[in-house]
Amino acid sequence: MDLNGFDHPGRPGGGGTRSVKVMIAGGFGTGKTTMVRSVSDIKPLTTEETLTQASAHVDHLIGVADKTETTVSLDFGKIGLNDSLMLYLFGTPGQERFWFLWNGLFKGALGAVVLVDTRRLASSFRAIEEMERQNVPFVVALNVFPDSEDYPVEEIRDALDIPGNIPVVACDARDRDSSRDVLVALIRHLKDRSPVALEPR
Amino acid sequence: MSAPRRPTDPSGLERYYVLTGGRSGPGGSASSLDVATLIVSLTAPVPGMQHEHEDILRRCRDPLSVAELGAHLGLPFNILAVLLADLLEAGRVEARDPIPAHDAGRGPDLALLEEVLSGLERL
Repeated sequence: MDLNGFDHPGRPGGGGTRSVKVMIAGGFGTGKTTMVRSVSDIKPLTTEETLTQASAHVDHLIGVADKTETTVSLDFGKIGLNDSLMLYLFGTPGQERFWFLWNGLFKGALGAVVLVDTRRLASSFRAIEEMERQNVPFVVALNVFPDSEDYPVEEIRDALDIPGNIPVVACDARDRDSSRDVLVALIRHLKDRSPVALEPR
Repeated sequence: MSAPRRPTDPSGLERYYVLTGGRSGPGGSASSLDVATLIVSLTAPVPGMQHEHEDILRRCRDPLSVAELGAHLGLPFNILAVLLADLLEAGRVEARDPIPAHDAGRGPDLALLEEVLSGLERL
């Protein structure tokens, strides 16, 4: 029997490693997977979430699968922040029909980046609404495509009706540093949401 | 049974059925599993163990997220969650849920956010 790696219960490698997660949301084709890919330490992977997750009881899989054979793919990547903290990034499914899954997906996330394609503002409108509905802290990242017009950020904020306290930043999702900066903007935003600011009005 | 509907991938579904003993979702401790939950093996595989259980124990010597496990094993989330529930109940793995930014009612966990920030700034 192979016992390698199991004979040192307090081994440093696996020791106290924990994870945090950040969601990358936005409409279809706004660059979510591109951002996950550019900033991830590992080759991005895809995992499947099935639509029957809520039925936690023992029942017959074949019968269940018969009516809900649909699966939703999540592209994800990870960043080793230090020896004992991993950041997982999940690109949300862009198709609106899967949004009812999001209650589960956003649970436990630090927050979200909502990517916006300035050529198609409306495509990310519902993602922003969804963040607000689910009370997920987020920043808005304008993914600048080569043929994007140069809109002033404030104009886009108005067009998308983004509250003044939500940061709006421009980025190039293909670029690692630029994507990293968006994540930094998100974490700074989370820090700014002080206990006082979060108190119910 | 007459006129059975055709599942899109019968071989896959049958495989899942066998893997999970017909269970479609986990119960108990595994029902809170998140895609970013880290799984860590607590014991070595033992002879006679279901192959997939053994595979999970091998891969999780170092902590691995449920999402990564699913991608490596080619299993959808809730099938994997059933297998993980078995291992959790048997005390063979530990599950560490992702750390939330703040606990209910309290402010943000500034120490955690600072740690994330300095990790990102080193990239």
